[in-house]
This record gives sequence, structure tokens and C-alpha cells, in this order.
Amino acid sequence: MEKRVTFNERWLPYLLLGPQMIITLVFFFWPSGQAIYQSVLIEDAFGGNSKFVWFENFAQLFRDNSYAHSAQITVVFSFLVAAIGLGISLLLAVMADRVIRGATAYKTFLVWPYAVAPAVAGVLWGFLFNPSVGILAWMLQGIGIEFNYVVNGNQALLLVVIAAVWNQISYNFLFFLAGLQSIPKSLIEAAAIDGAGPGRRFWDIVFPLLSPVGFFLLVVNIIYAFFGTFGVVDSLTKGGPGKSTEILVFKVFNDGFRGQDLGGSSAQSVILMVVVIALTFVQFRFIERRVHY
Amino acid sequence: MVENRPFLTLLSHFVVLLGVVIIAFPVWMTFVASTHSQQTMLQSPIPVLPGPHLIENYAKVLTEGYGKVGSTPVMMTLTNSMIMALGVAIGKIAISIISAFAIVYFRFPGRMFFFWAIFVTLMLPVEVRIVPTYGVVASLGMLDSYSGLIIPLIASATATFLFRQFFLSVPDELTEAARVDGASPMRFFWDILLPMSRTSIAALFVIQFIYGWNQYLWPLLITTKESYYTVVMTVSRQANVVDGVPSWNLLMAMAMLAMLPPVLVVVFMQRQFVRGLVETEK
Repeated sequence: MEKRVTFNERWLPYLLLGPQMIITLVFFFWPSGQAIYQSVLIEDAFGGNSKFVWFENFAQLFRDNSYAHSAQITVVFSFLVAAIGLGISLLLAVMADRVIRGATAYKTFLVWPYAVAPAVAGVLWGFLFNPSVGILAWMLQGIGIEFNYVVNGNQALLLVVIAAVWNQISYNFLFFLAGLQSIPKSLIEAAAIDGAGPGRRFWDIVFPLLSPVGFFLLVVNIIYAFFGTFGVVDSLTKGGPGKSTEILVFKVFNDGFRGQDLGGSSAQSVILMVVVIALTFVQFRFIERRVHY
Repeated sequence: MVENRPFLTLLSHFVVLLGVVIIAFPVWMTFVASTHSQQTMLQSPIPVLPGPHLIENYAKVLTEGYGKVGSTPVMMTLTNSMIMALGVAIGKIAISIISAFAIVYFRFPGRMFFFWAIFVTLMLPVEVRIVPTYGVVASLGMLDSYSGLIIPLIASATATFLFRQFFLSVPDELTEAARVDGASPMRFFWDILLPMSRTSIAALFVIQFIYGWNQYLWPLLITTKESYYTVVMTVSRQANVVDGVPSWNLLMAMAMLAMLPPVLVVVFMQRQFVRGLVETEK
């Protein structure tokens, strides 16, 4: 879409674009370029001298078991975050859509977790499951389950998933609720007249009509699990115990800053860039399609 | 609803209420913990109802900080967070509204090039290119400064696209009328476009304020002086103190204070918040 009516000015548009372009250039293109450049270099241990090594850094990553491990954890993690998060928020949205009284109040009570910083969400859940003072860890112990996320890798991963889902639920809920409210009531009524019960109506009418929203949310949740959960991981587990919660975005940071492996970390950045670009592309293709529905 | 099924309605209320309770539970426990004394918080099980130390704990973290040597008063980290959140929100809105204006209302060589240059920034979150971005900021001497906290984060395309979308929906007749009356482009921008964009600006402000407030990795990396610490990063840092058990009551009071401003913004500006969330995804 373009404007028919425009202004004719020679320099003004450049002036107006200036601030954004300068900032984008300095803080986006320059660092991204550097990531790509450094990903094909190996710096020696004393810094200063760096050697061009083609794709050696990438080859090393693909040979590296800990990278494969981290990728595997990221896939499991994002699958769990997306599946659990979407499931719970769909249930809540369907139920909230049904009730007429109190719907607005419920909405207010469900949207606020979005405002809590991921890092703070990590601290809250870490407190609830803290092995010595956590109330939920204590309850679990009462029914015979030893929950100690500080030493148990699977439990740590589960806890990170719970905190991440909690943080993202309001977002999913709002989009599902908006999707539900945009379904024409006449369709539901027609089905009801034909004798379809609530369950049948949900699976045969509501659910298919909701699938575009669901797919959009799936992509958003995967992007969120990949990149938005750094704060949760860092304040809960720091990637541990061992490396059981070291998701890819955490590894980039860990190898680059703590391990001082610039080449390796940059190669990981480049791989992640490709992943985001692919995911964003999927998302846009989908949104374009949604317009024609 | 299409039919009256009292049992199902009751079930719906029950499920949603259960969801609300479960979702609120962590914050309730945080609040409870922030109202007890350190001794109470070391006994297991910890209490589930508020205690008598509320004012004492909050006053302590606000003015003295966490209580250990060299800790930062939360008053100061809250101020830093506020500066950062406002800076990010206002900065983003300011630079993107004028660049959207340029892209929509002018025809000039390189227009599509600029459009795409902004567009690609949509794709890469700061976490992905964190190491080189840190390098750039360091070489510009912007570590430990408000400009270092704010400026690298305001380069983002979402806001520009939102304004572009909105400008495209503004009727051309307005532009024509302004031109017939001899208004300059900037005059048109200030007197017509900007007032019309009020709701979009408000929606975007809410989203970006939360985004700026909740930043964690970025302030963690580029601040080494305590006078620039933000509240979110100090909460996480204190939760992971190396030397033993954290003082849960004070830590949780800090966490409450870190959550309060953005949560209040969402609750009181809920309409703008929902609008902003939906529109930035278009």
C-alpha cells in the first residue's frame, strides 16, 4: 500500500530517517557484521592476533558434543514451553470466553504476569521450589517426592519450563481470547440448533477457526523460548546443574563472556541469526496468508 | 451463550478461578515472604499468611538496600530502572514516528532501501548478537552510562512498522487539505498527524515501558558501577549470592518493588496494553 498524496522535499526525509538509521547502523549492522566476521576467525589466547580459518569454527561446533547437547535441550525446552503454555492458555481462554459475568475482572487477573521481568519470574519460582525454604518443595516432600532443582538436571529443566510458561501465559491468553471473540456467534448458534453439544461445537467449529491464531502463537512461543528466556535461565539455574539447562542463547553468552571464546560464540550467534530469520520468515508468510482468509 | 447450562458455566468459573489463583500464587508467596522477619523465613515450612514486618522490610531495602556491605539502595536502582524504561519507550517512539513519517509521506531515492534496512532489524533480538554489540558499546565508551543502557535498545523496527501501518490508514484528504492550505510537511506532522496518533503512541508506550523496565542481560553486561544498576538485575544478582543463604524477606521485598511499576502500568492501562500487544504483532 502506498500513499497517493506525498510531499516533495529533497533533504527532509533523510533528516527524519537519520536518527533511526544511525542507531541501526551503529548498534545493529556493525555488531551483526562483526559477529559474521569473527565467526570465521580464531583469536589466539593472548588476543591481538587472529587468523582467518574459513568455517573451522562452525565445523568445530558441529563436532562438539556440548553444542549438540545444548541444541537438543533447546528443542525439548521450546517444545515443552510452547505445548504447555498454549494448552493452559487455550483452556483458560475458552473458559473465560464462556462466562459472561466477571469476564473483564478475570482478564485483568490473568494479564499481569506479562509485566513481570523474566529474571524476576525466575527468582519467584526459584523461591517456591527452593530446597530448604520453598513451600512447594516442602509440599512435594510431604507426598514423598524429593524435589531439588539445584542438583537434579531434569527437575531444573522442568522448573525453567514452568517459570517461562507462567511468564508467557497472559500473552497467549489474550490472543486466544481475541480469536475466540472474533468467531461469529451465528455459527455457534446454528450448530447448537442442529443439536451439537458444547464439546462437539468446540472441536468442529471453534478449534479449526482458532487454528490460525494457534499457529501464530506457536511460532511466537518458539521464538520466545529460544531467545526470550535468558533471564529465567540465568536467575534460576545459570545453565546448570552440569549443563542440563544450558539453552543455545545462554551458551552464546556463556562461551563469549565467561569462556572468552569469541570465534566459537560468534559462530553460534550466526547460527542463531539464521534460526530467527527462518522463524520470522515463517511467521510473515503465515500472516500474509491470514489476510486472505 | 447460546444455551443455558448452569453446570458448565459453574465449571468455567471454577477453572478460570483456579487459573487465577495458581498464576497469582508465586506473587502471593513473594508478598508474604516480604512481610516476615529473617528468622521466620529460615524455618520450614515457611508461613503462608502475611506477617508484621512489612514496613520495616520495605523501608530497609528502599533506603539501605539488601543489607550487606556495599549494597545499593533499591530507591536508587528503581530510579535507574525508571530512567531506562522511560528513555527506551520515549526514544523508540520519537525516532520511529519520524522515520515512519519519512517513509510513508515522501518519495525519495533510496526509500525502499531504508525501509528494508529497518525491516531486517525486526529479526534479530539483542540476545543473539550480544557479544559484538557489547564490543561496539565498549569501544564507544558508553559502558556505565544511561546512554549505553538506553540507545542500543531503541534501534528496533516494531514501532516504525506500527506507525507506518497507522499512517497508511490516515485519509489522503487530510494531506491534500493541508497542502492546499500551504502547510509545510512538518506543520502537517505536528498539527495533524501527531495528535491523530495519540492512541497508537499510548499503546506503544505501555509495551516499550515494560520492555525497557524488564531488560536484564543488557544492564547486567554494561554496568559495573552500582550507581547504574537496575532493579531487575539486582534482584537476580542477590538471589544468586555466592556466600550462602539469601535474606529471603529482604530479597522478596526487592522483588515486589521490581514487579510493581510495570504491573501497575499493565493493570491501569489495560486497554492500551492489549492494543499495543495486538498491534505490534501485525
